[in-house]
Amino acid sequence: MAPKLPPTHPLEHSVTTVAGSQAPAHHAPPRGILRWLLTTNHKEIGSLYLIFSLIMFFIGGIFALVIRAELFQPGLQLVNPEFFNQMTTMHGLIMVFAAVMPAFTGLANWMIPLQIGAPDMALPRLNNFSFWLLPVAFTLLLSTLFMPGGGPNFGWTFYAPLSTTYAPPSTTFFILALHIAGISSILGAINIIATILNMRAPGMRMMDMPLFVWTWLITAFLLIAVMPVLAGVITMMLMDINFGTSFFSAAGGGDPVLFQHLFWFFGHPEVYIMILPAFGIVSVIIPTFARKPLFGYPSMVYATASIALLSFMVWAHHMFVVGLPLAAELFFMYSTMLIAVPTGVKIFNWITTLFRGSISFESPMLFSLAFVVLFTIGGFSGLMLAISPADFQYHDTYFVVAHFHYVLVPGAVFAIMAAAYYWLPKWTGHYPNERLAQWHFWLSVIGVNLTFFPMHFAGLAGMPRRIPDYALQFADFNMLSSIGAFLFGFSQLLFVLVVVLCVRGGKKAPAQAWEGAWDLEWTVPSPAPLHTFETPPDFKRPTL
Amino acid sequence: MNNEQQQISEQRVGIRRTVGRSIAALVGMFAFAFALVPLYDVFCRITGLNGKVDTTAQAFVHENVDESRYVTVQFITRGSAGLPWKMDVETQQVRVHPGQPTEVDFTFSNQSDQSNWGRAVPSVSPSEASPHLRKMSCFCFAEQKLQAGEKLTIPLVFQLTHELPAEISTITLVYTLYPVKNKVSQLSSQQTQHAGGTI
Repeated sequence: MAPKLPPTHPLEHSVTTVAGSQAPAHHAPPRGILRWLLTTNHKEIGSLYLIFSLIMFFIGGIFALVIRAELFQPGLQLVNPEFFNQMTTMHGLIMVFAAVMPAFTGLANWMIPLQIGAPDMALPRLNNFSFWLLPVAFTLLLSTLFMPGGGPNFGWTFYAPLSTTYAPPSTTFFILALHIAGISSILGAINIIATILNMRAPGMRMMDMPLFVWTWLITAFLLIAVMPVLAGVITMMLMDINFGTSFFSAAGGGDPVLFQHLFWFFGHPEVYIMILPAFGIVSVIIPTFARKPLFGYPSMVYATASIALLSFMVWAHHMFVVGLPLAAELFFMYSTMLIAVPTGVKIFNWITTLFRGSISFESPMLFSLAFVVLFTIGGFSGLMLAISPADFQYHDTYFVVAHFHYVLVPGAVFAIMAAAYYWLPKWTGHYPNERLAQWHFWLSVIGVNLTFFPMHFAGLAGMPRRIPDYALQFADFNMLSSIGAFLFGFSQLLFVLVVVLCVRGGKKAPAQAWEGAWDLEWTVPSPAPLHTFETPPDFKRPTL
Repeated sequence: MNNEQQQISEQRVGIRRTVGRSIAALVGMFAFAFALVPLYDVFCRITGLNGKVDTTAQAFVHENVDESRYVTVQFITRGSAGLPWKMDVETQQVRVHPGQPTEVDFTFSNQSDQSNWGRAVPSVSPSEASPHLRKMSCFCFAEQKLQAGEKLTIPLVFQLTHELPAEISTITLVYTLYPVKNKVSQLSSQQTQHAGGTI
């Protein structure tokens, strides 16, 4: 950290007692595996996060394909119901905590210092620690699949008493894994907040920051607010299972519904943690390829902040059927619908940014445009679910599955893909192969819609979620979904191919790789050297 | 150079302050999560929202029986996977006036060949009615022990208050039997075998 510091700086010396971890390490990094184990460089750690999340994306994807293969036809063909339950649970857990969240943290590590003109993250060693907690956490979580009694089988929402009284013995490992992953997210969030608030280039005000930085700042606050609640909930589960307490057991005076309240008090902000950085990415990419500044920058910031605040007041819309009193049903219905207002502001701002722009359709832009359209579909089905009386029919059906996959796959995942294509020239110095990237895009768009669109109809017709077998009338929808899922899954291999080819070579990218890109990261050479902005850049506010 | 040094030290102080505040917020939120448990209980007791009723006996309130109004009180009894008991009620529903004390007999029978401990946990729906249901005597106030094959009849004595909201005409009282942990060790092993089959 802070390599430009004069050697006599008192504060610096008071905290550095670890031998050899100071300045010399920057000039002669250890080689081989140690280089990656010990790195404190935000770009290397960012890459580690991204690679880890890509691997986990494929593992979670394989679990999804096991589910879709079983559901290809009615009846039980491939796996037994117990294993099927473990697959639905693990698919959810891995995708949420090991794929989407680390991918955004990786992008934050790489791009936030570059976008605000900082030499590195505020706490580089902590940064290394928070990454290396992740492989530990998820090795532990995946290992539960091989334990007697199997892995977690209670759904990613791990409702008590399924996850306490009736849980497999491996649940304690699941709790530990989630604790470790939670600590990792918290440390990452502290680091991001400390970096953004204290290390901006001289002259860069908060309202000058690129929107990716803004959305991540707000996301980090959400993480700090709700990850401790998750930690509290799983600690209570741990005590219920192992120490005879009765937080969630009605037999001992507890209440299983309390679990759902606590879980969703964490869980609803969590879903915004998975989408706000995606909003930021799209808000950075669309102006670049429309060659116009973002329309309504301040309203974008305020909309993001309002979504974050509202996310704390809507949790019980996941629980409309537990027997809430009428007043609560109405309150949570209206507060949920209120979220459509700031979200609508964002969508209209993106559309207005496109209006009369000179748009070109490179792969990052294609993914961003697909994000806007398909995320909006997910938002609308969310509005349908928010209608409390209608939710009594939709609850726990495939309609819900369709809804949250529309906001997470063509939402969060497409935004991550867009970000990867957008910043790959900065990371590797080469443009990604555009022809392959476009193939990847079109196959993904077709695959995603083929997978998840029929689920709306299956759900409206009454197909429950998390079942390995289903009534015959759902067979056609499920066959379509399964074909789409395999198409989508295998076309992600194209993405790996594009990334590998791009790392190894390709068309050379200049510092400003995209014509309309004006943020600070495009002022450093491509590929970005290991150390950038060691002297803070002069930030010039764009004169528009 | 001096200026730059000063800037960097200001930055360090700023980072420390940010980290300190973040950690304070973290600790606060962790504590808040645990504080939500008693808060939830208090909130539910005041509002009666989760259908829980007082688990201690309440005194009988002598008030006029409101004969202009009938309320149907239904009883549902449920067994539990971990406890081989049967629970019956003498009548599925009674029609009572608010203020009128009523006695209903419940019968517990242990169908296994060993003695064990159990407890009946009540739940009231609609939950708005739960603050208005006063129990003078109930088997649900205490854990019970039944010998192998034993059969026991215990009464429930309750009274509805006059303040029961006018729109409530039916109250359902559900009793679920639970094994009492630690007092029945052999039962917990039976329970885990049920894992996964509950979806």
